[in-house]
Amino acid sequence: MQTQGPTMFSYYLNLALRSLRRTPILTALMVLAIALGIGASMTTLTVLHVLSGDPLPGRSSSLYYPQIDPRDDTGYVPGKSQPMDQVSWIDGMNLLQAKRADDQALMTGGSVAIQPAQAGLDPFYQTARYTTAGFFPMFGVPFRYGRAWGAAEDAASARVVVISSKLNDKLYGGGDSTGRMLRLEGQALRIVGVLGDWRPNPHFYDLDVRNYGDSEGVYLPLSTSQDLHLAHLGGSDCWGNGGGGVTPSHTAPCVWLQFWVQLDTPARAAAYRAFLIHYSQEQESLGRFMRPPNVRLRNLMQWLDHKQVVPGDVQLQTWLALGFLLVCLVNTVGLMLAKFMRRAAELGVRRALGASKSALFAQLLVESGVLGLAGGVGGLLLACLGLWLVRRQPADYASLAHLDGSMLATTFLLAVGASLLAGVLPAWSACQIAPGLQLKTL
Amino acid sequence: MTLHPILAALRRHKAGVVLIALQIALTLAIVCNAIFIIGNRVQRIQRPTGMDEKNLFMVTQLWVGAPTGDDKASIDKLDAMQRTDVQTLRGLPDVESAIAINSLPLTNSTWSGGIDLKPAQPHPTAHAANYFGDEQMIHTLGLRLVAGRNFTAGDVHHMGMRGQDVPPLVIVTRALADTLFPGGNAVGKSIYMDHKTPSTIVGVVARLQVPSVDRWASGFTWNSVLIPTRLDGNFSRYAVRARPGRMDAAMKEARAALFAANPMRVIGDDADSNGVRSFADIREHAYRADLGMAILMGVICLILLAVTAAGIVGLTSFWVGQRHKQIGVRRALGARKIDILRYFQTENLLIAGGGAVLGVVLALGLNLLLMRHFAMARLPVAYVLAGVAAVLALGQGAVFVPARRASNVPPVVATRSV
Repeated sequence: MQTQGPTMFSYYLNLALRSLRRTPILTALMVLAIALGIGASMTTLTVLHVLSGDPLPGRSSSLYYPQIDPRDDTGYVPGKSQPMDQVSWIDGMNLLQAKRADDQALMTGGSVAIQPAQAGLDPFYQTARYTTAGFFPMFGVPFRYGRAWGAAEDAASARVVVISSKLNDKLYGGGDSTGRMLRLEGQALRIVGVLGDWRPNPHFYDLDVRNYGDSEGVYLPLSTSQDLHLAHLGGSDCWGNGGGGVTPSHTAPCVWLQFWVQLDTPARAAAYRAFLIHYSQEQESLGRFMRPPNVRLRNLMQWLDHKQVVPGDVQLQTWLALGFLLVCLVNTVGLMLAKFMRRAAELGVRRALGASKSALFAQLLVESGVLGLAGGVGGLLLACLGLWLVRRQPADYASLAHLDGSMLATTFLLAVGASLLAGVLPAWSACQIAPGLQLKTL
Repeated sequence: MTLHPILAALRRHKAGVVLIALQIALTLAIVCNAIFIIGNRVQRIQRPTGMDEKNLFMVTQLWVGAPTGDDKASIDKLDAMQRTDVQTLRGLPDVESAIAINSLPLTNSTWSGGIDLKPAQPHPTAHAANYFGDEQMIHTLGLRLVAGRNFTAGDVHHMGMRGQDVPPLVIVTRALADTLFPGGNAVGKSIYMDHKTPSTIVGVVARLQVPSVDRWASGFTWNSVLIPTRLDGNFSRYAVRARPGRMDAAMKEARAALFAANPMRVIGDDADSNGVRSFADIREHAYRADLGMAILMGVICLILLAVTAAGIVGLTSFWVGQRHKQIGVRRALGARKIDILRYFQTENLLIAGGGAVLGVVLALGLNLLLMRHFAMARLPVAYVLAGVAAVLALGQGAVFVPARRASNVPPVVATRSV
């Protein structure tokens, strides 16, 4: 057994580079095949990674989305019917005021017309979030200027508003705008806070508005939005004699609000689930609910999973790209086999001169590793190109498609690992050559 | 030529043969399914909504400081504002007709519900989307009335956005009529949209797609109900039919005229907002993901075929080089160039044929997986057969260059000691 130190490695590297240079077309073909496979897989895997990410790392495990089922018994299938995805005004208010969680917020989406004071700016629409004060501390929303409003402002339907940093840039050139009055829908609201950089993706707290992309521009107390009759934007689902409509009334049998709670320990979560069942029973006995208690308490990631926020097309593309990578690898195995077998004579000489089978195997694997590294670099360039193309797509998740450190490392690991794997079979069969036979044909 | 020598030679290259066959099989499986997906998406993108889309555009606007819509008086006020807008649009020189409507096909803003045939029915007979507009709805959208009658001005009511009135009269699409009354003759029959109040079907239109193109609405894509009610809220949408060839002019006029009639409103004018949009633009927007998917699948298929062809060229070239001397011997023993060429082409046909058989199995298996996880339809046999023909042709094309080189090996090679 000879020493397999760094000198042998650099010798193998030297041999590999020389061998690859001797057949430039075949080498280019193999590198290109690996690069294409890696490039396509990394592009789609990065998109999948970004889309299925945790919107609030560190917080998501203690945030829960309670669901209850306030519908009448029309269409009820015991054990099968899922509770509703949102809550009605009455239930939302009841759960909010029960204060059984460590923190809670009741919210819904909206759309408001902003009337800038500046002469040069026309009125424009802005997406809005109408919420109770728990939203900001519970989701860990960062503030650049000012602060959030509190429970007192909620109770008083105060005319206060928090705006996003993007809107602050547009209206006030990024300066501290707290204390100024913002005119929306013909009303003047005092700006109490400006958010820092905050755009959780997916847009987990209201998936009916949009799944990915920018967060809202304007945040104001839910009570204020109802006082001012601001327009609701988002899903609403009615049953019974609820009719329908874009903005259901407070008493209508319609769900159109989202209710989020923070529960710091599993024991608290279990207690809250029991509370939801108890609440449903109580409402049933009051005659408001007509179904037996049907509740769910999913945490944030379970909720995203349940709602299947990652688009089916993105998953399909990922599978397609992995299939493509597989074909590229099979192709590389075939070409490497041809290449290694063609060098039977050279390998025979090395065998005859005393190189062990494992030394030959190591030498050939170094060669496939070099191919993999080159393919990885090519694949990285192709993945950057692919992601650039994805960002130019009009999909709402497009702007999120960026390569991060972990995906960069994955690219190289995948490329080198895959090409080493592809090199095993050709290298092994090339090592089986009897040295004498090869020398004779020389 | 007998196959025996080819098979005997192939047995000496098991690994290479298996690899090419496997590559062809995987390529066939992926390409068949990808082309099937492309076909489905293209079909989806091209399906007509049932409207006369060519001269149609939509205006979405929001009144600033509008009445609340909570009481009768303020709803009436909103209704008057809406009717003024519609009159303004109808009066424009380049506009043929205009209506206020809650949504249009492909815009995704859906108001839908279950439809029953009896009061208090536990499970709805069908699901359908509602379009709220006046008696000019059929004319403006360019729908085709196939049975019964159109709405008259006297049929039209109005209510607030939060209203719960059930319309006494409705018009339904033929698809919905056939689902509800398979025996035909839906006109004059009653349906229940709120479990207790009947609505009489007065007419049937040939086709009208629902607003959503998402998967949740795919079960009732053609089930639409036309309701003769104007919806009054703090925002409104108008569907406008321009005079032929006057689309651009009409879109500009509409914005200017609405602002002239009442400046207290917002009509978005950037790409993100839906201010004034031609229906062609709405259609492109609705199906952009499908188009992107089809293009991506197409590009992947092309690269895949290219990679597979390159693999065949590479491995066959290697075999030709390895058998250089044997080819010379065959030539010296009297084999013609064409015999050598045929040898390699037959060899490739055998390998590709074996790969194609495995590929058909893989293609059908992959299709089953896609049917289970991505709601795909069953792969038609024609796609599989076309795929088989394509990979066989690809193999023959790819093997031609190395096989030609093999056929050009001179017989004299046999006499040289190597």
